[in-house]
Amino acid sequence: MTDGAARTPSAGGTAESARALADRALAGDRRALARLLSVLEAGGPGAAAALRVVYPRAGNARIVGITGPPGSGKSTLVAALARLYRRQQARVGVLAIDPTSPYSGGALLGDRIRMPDLAGDEGVFIRSIASRGACGGLAAAAAALTAALDAAGYCRILVETVGVGQDEVAVAQLAETTVVVTVPGLGDEVQALKAGLLEVADVLVVNKADRPEAERAVAELRLLQSLAPAAAWQPPVLATIATQGDGVAALLEAIDAHGAYLLASGTADARAEARARAVVLAAAQARLADRLGTTAAAPAWQAAYREVAAHQRSPYDVAAELVAAVDLTTEA
Amino acid sequence: MSDAAPPAADAAPAAPPPLSPPARVLVAKPGLDGHDRGAKVVARALRDAGMEVIYTGIRQTPPAIAEAALQEDAEAVGLSILSGAHLTLVPRVLEELRAREMGDVVLWVGGIIPAADVPALRALGVAAVFGPGSPMDETVRFVREAVAARRARAEPASAPDGP
Repeated sequence: MTDGAARTPSAGGTAESARALADRALAGDRRALARLLSVLEAGGPGAAAALRVVYPRAGNARIVGITGPPGSGKSTLVAALARLYRRQQARVGVLAIDPTSPYSGGALLGDRIRMPDLAGDEGVFIRSIASRGACGGLAAAAAALTAALDAAGYCRILVETVGVGQDEVAVAQLAETTVVVTVPGLGDEVQALKAGLLEVADVLVVNKADRPEAERAVAELRLLQSLAPAAAWQPPVLATIATQGDGVAALLEAIDAHGAYLLASGTADARAEARARAVVLAAAQARLADRLGTTAAAPAWQAAYREVAAHQRSPYDVAAELVAAVDLTTEA
Repeated sequence: MSDAAPPAADAAPAAPPPLSPPARVLVAKPGLDGHDRGAKVVARALRDAGMEVIYTGIRQTPPAIAEAALQEDAEAVGLSILSGAHLTLVPRVLEELRAREMGDVVLWVGGIIPAADVPALRALGVAAVFGPGSPMDETVRFVREAVAARRARAEPASAPDGP
């Protein structure tokens, strides 16, 4: 969040109206679903009340994360996957996340440009969301929004992250299957992938495979994998040309195969619990950060900041006092 | 983990604070003309004013625009029309919005609109029309104020919130 934009505690209306909205959304009212997503995104008591209705009804959808560097073709791949899911008669939810400007707090959400044909299909619900200052390539409310689409009956959910660099791997804490997309010709991109993104990939895609050096990019990724000890699930490395749909059917097969592996290997539950822990922890951190920010903004602390600025006191000591002063008792 | 942005190089002096949560605005180009520079300039200006702007790209049909506005929970929709087909396209977009119970969304039009057609568009329910030479500030101010007014209508009970 930018400094100027104070959070409105009442954003999203009352808890009562939020519950009513959630009921209507889950009964199939698409307008209500759209507003529910806004309520969940705004956070606060309205979101808490709505999620209480939504969450028990979720848990049926297959959630697939698509991540990778900016311009690698994530949106186009998401659109191509959504089309294939529609051919299987599955209802598809898409969460497309774009970055919020740290300067203005605004965002330009352009992922729909790559999905023009899906706008007229009632079996597809696309929502663009801004990262609103969250790190890791997702938005803080992404898990709640995913749950809402899930509960509303969208049984395949594609979560497209912000264009990410190396270690923005939050999507793996939300998706059951994470697809990491890269493109040929990024130079040392494979080296860069090593540390973060590569580790969360369940499926690896080299998109824009009609470009020179695509085969080399695929070969390098496979070589990198061969250096690591053999794992029970070896992420397949696939080549796609998303704009033409080439390789997308194979990608869908690989995503399905990973889902089948999770079930067959008995790791699905453990992974679900790990994801739940991550979601709870993130929500708890956000609450604490909110309280901490309120405490730190109180005029009483100005004197301490002055002392730190004048190098009379250590910032660590003041931080410890600040944390001790946070009011944890009131219900937000 | 720093939430505080570094100071902007050219921080605008004394712009009103952005709405919170940010205004959600859809910018769309209906019809067949493919010149979207104007739409992009407006989208960028609204973003820089702290709004979340969904840009749909060119050659959108009225149902697709209305459906996108619905799914995105847009509070305002800006149509960029340079083709001269505004008196055909705008009523169709409005019709599709109303069919989705989105008739209360702030709809404005920008582009090449003859002055003689403006009253007809206003009569249809278009909240504002901006032509070539309109200062960008004017569009930004209009959208911010119209969205703020729409929010005030939606939640008349709640008093303006302080920080």
